[in-house]
Amino acid sequence: MSARAATRSSEFRWIIPDTLVITWRSVLRFVRLPQLLVFSTIQPVMLLLLFNYVFGGAINTGGTKYIQYLLPGFLVQIVVFGSTQASVGLAEDLSRGIIDRFRSLPMARAAVLAGRTLADTLRYTFLVLLMVAVGSAMGFRFHNGIAPAIAAPLLAVLFGFAFTWISAFIGMTVKDVETAQVAGFVWVFPIVFASSMFAPVDSMPGWLQAFAKVNPVTPTTDTIRALCSGGEIMSHLWQSLAWIGGILVVFVTLAISRYRRIA
Amino acid sequence: MPDGAESAATPRAELQPAIVTEGLYKSFGSVKALDGVALVVQPGTVMALLGPNGAGKTTVIRILATLMRPDSGRAEVLGHDVLREAAVVRSLIGLTGQYAAVDENLTGRENLEMVGRLYHLGGSEARKRAGELLESLDLAEAADRGVKTYSGGMRRRLDLAASLVARPPVLFLDEPTTGLDPRSRIGLWDTIAGLVKGGTTVLLTTQYLEEADRLANHIAVIDHGRIIEQGTPEYLKECCGGDVLLQLRLSDRSQTALGAEILATFGDGKIRADAETGQLDLPVEKGTTILPEVIRRLDARGVAIYDIALRRPTLDDVFLSLTGRTAEASSEEGAAVKKGRKSRSERRKT
Repeated sequence: MSARAATRSSEFRWIIPDTLVITWRSVLRFVRLPQLLVFSTIQPVMLLLLFNYVFGGAINTGGTKYIQYLLPGFLVQIVVFGSTQASVGLAEDLSRGIIDRFRSLPMARAAVLAGRTLADTLRYTFLVLLMVAVGSAMGFRFHNGIAPAIAAPLLAVLFGFAFTWISAFIGMTVKDVETAQVAGFVWVFPIVFASSMFAPVDSMPGWLQAFAKVNPVTPTTDTIRALCSGGEIMSHLWQSLAWIGGILVVFVTLAISRYRRIA
Repeated sequence: MPDGAESAATPRAELQPAIVTEGLYKSFGSVKALDGVALVVQPGTVMALLGPNGAGKTTVIRILATLMRPDSGRAEVLGHDVLREAAVVRSLIGLTGQYAAVDENLTGRENLEMVGRLYHLGGSEARKRAGELLESLDLAEAADRGVKTYSGGMRRRLDLAASLVARPPVLFLDEPTTGLDPRSRIGLWDTIAGLVKGGTTVLLTTQYLEEADRLANHIAVIDHGRIIEQGTPEYLKECCGGDVLLQLRLSDRSQTALGAEILATFGDGKIRADAETGQLDLPVEKGTTILPEVIRRLDARGVAIYDIALRRPTLDDVFLSLTGRTAEASSEEGAAVKKGRKSRSERRKT
C-alpha cells in the first residue's frame, strides 16, 4: 500500500472516533464554564422578549401575532450569531498552539474542525429548543402538525451547522483572536437583518429587497415559518437546502484545506 | 563537517539516522528563514539547535513535525519523508512547542487521555498511560484539577507529557525550558536525560547554552537560516571558543596599567585591560604553569590581586564568536520581536 493510500485509509478509519474526541473536548468547555452557557442563554432570551414587546406592536405582519412571525426568524438568528463563536474558538486554539499539537498527531485531518462544528451544533440544538419553549410561553404555537414541528428546529440547527463552517474558515484564516471577534461577526449583521427574519421583505426599499430575496436566511426563515404556521413549504425548502448544501461543500473544503496548510 | 561529529557518528554508521534534513529552504515573503539546512541526528542521541531568535530553529522543527512545508529540500524521520509519508511520521514523533499547548478547560488527566485517544491507543491504554505520565512528571496531585490552575512549570511538564503519550522514538522540543524557573528547568532536564537513556532521539532548540551543554551530544549552531558550525560541545569550544583566558582583577584600579605592563612579559597574546574595573584578561596557552610566576611578579611590584582565575571557553564564547552576539543579547532582541509579534498575533516563527 502506498503511503498516500495509507494516509487516506487511516483518515477514513479514524475520522469518526477522532471527531468524537474533539467534540467531547469542545462540549466539556461548556460544562466547565457554566457561566458561559448561562450568559449565552440569557442574551437570546432577553432579545426575544425585547424584539417581541418593543417592535411587535409596530411591525405589520398581516394579522398574525408578532411572536408567531418572529420566532421562526429568531431561531435562524440564534444559530447564525451563535456560529460566530467558532471563529473565535479556533483562533484561540491556534494562538495557544493547540492546533499545532493536533496537527502533529496521527489523527484524521478533518476531525478537529468536524468535532468543533459538531459540538457547536449540539449547542444550537439546546438554544433552539430553549427558544421554542420561551416562545411558547409568549404565545407561539405550532399550527402545522407534528412532523413540521420537528422539522422546523431541525432545519434551523442544520443551517447553523453550515454557517459554523463559514465561521471556522474565517477563524482559520485570520488566526488572531481579536480579529476573529470582529471579522467573525461583522458579515453576519446584513445577512441577519436584511432578510425576512424580523420584518416582511415587501416593506424594504427595492435594492434591499433584491438582496433580501437572495439572502440564504430568507428562504430558511420562510421555510421554518411555513413549517410552524402553515403555507407554501417546498419552494422555500429547496432553496434553503441548496444554500446549506452549497455552503457546506465550499466551506468544508476551504476550512479543511486551511487547516492542513496553516503554518 | 567537523571532526567531532564524524568521530561520534562512525560507530553507529550502519544504523539509519533518526533525523535527516538536506538542503532545506524556506522563505516567508522576502525573509529567508532557512537557507539550505542539512542535519543528521543519530538514533538515541540529543542534537541541540542553538541560535539567536529568528535564526530558523523553530522552522526546522515545524518542518520535521509536518506542520510546515519547506520550499525545497528533503526531511526524513526514521527514513520516512515528512511530506510524502506525513501520517507515518506523525505516529513516530512527539512535539513540545514554545507555548504549552494544553487545553485550559480540561484537567491534566483529561488532556493526556485526549492526546492518547488521538494517537489511537484505545481508551484503557490512554487512561493507563495518562496515569503513568502524571506520576512520572510529578503531576499526580494536580491530575484532576483544571489546567487553568497550573503554574507555568506544571503546564510545561504537562505539555511534555502530552508529547510522550505514545512513547515516540523521536522527540522534538522547541525551547522546552524557556520561561521556567531554574528548579523546574533542572527537573525537565533530568526527565529528558532519562528519556534519552531509554533510547529516545531528541532534537531540541534552545537559547540556553547551559542547556545545550548539559543535554546535547551534538550541537548545531544556526544563524540566518544556515548551520554555521556543528559538532560535540567539546569540539565547538575547542574550535570556536577562543583561548584559555587568565583573568585578573586588581584590588587597586589605578594599578591597571602597571599590571598590564607586567602581564605583557608573558606575551602569549593581546591583553585586554579595563581601567574602570581593574580587570585584566590575558589569553594563555599554558595556564597553570605560568600562574605562580604571574603572582610572584605582580607581588614583587606591589600589585595586589583581588581575584584570579583561569577561564576555559564556554559555549557563550562559541556563540559570540560564531554569531557576533551574546546569547543574552539575542534573546532580549528576540523577546522584543516576540512581543511585537504577539500584539499582531502573528504566529509564524522562524
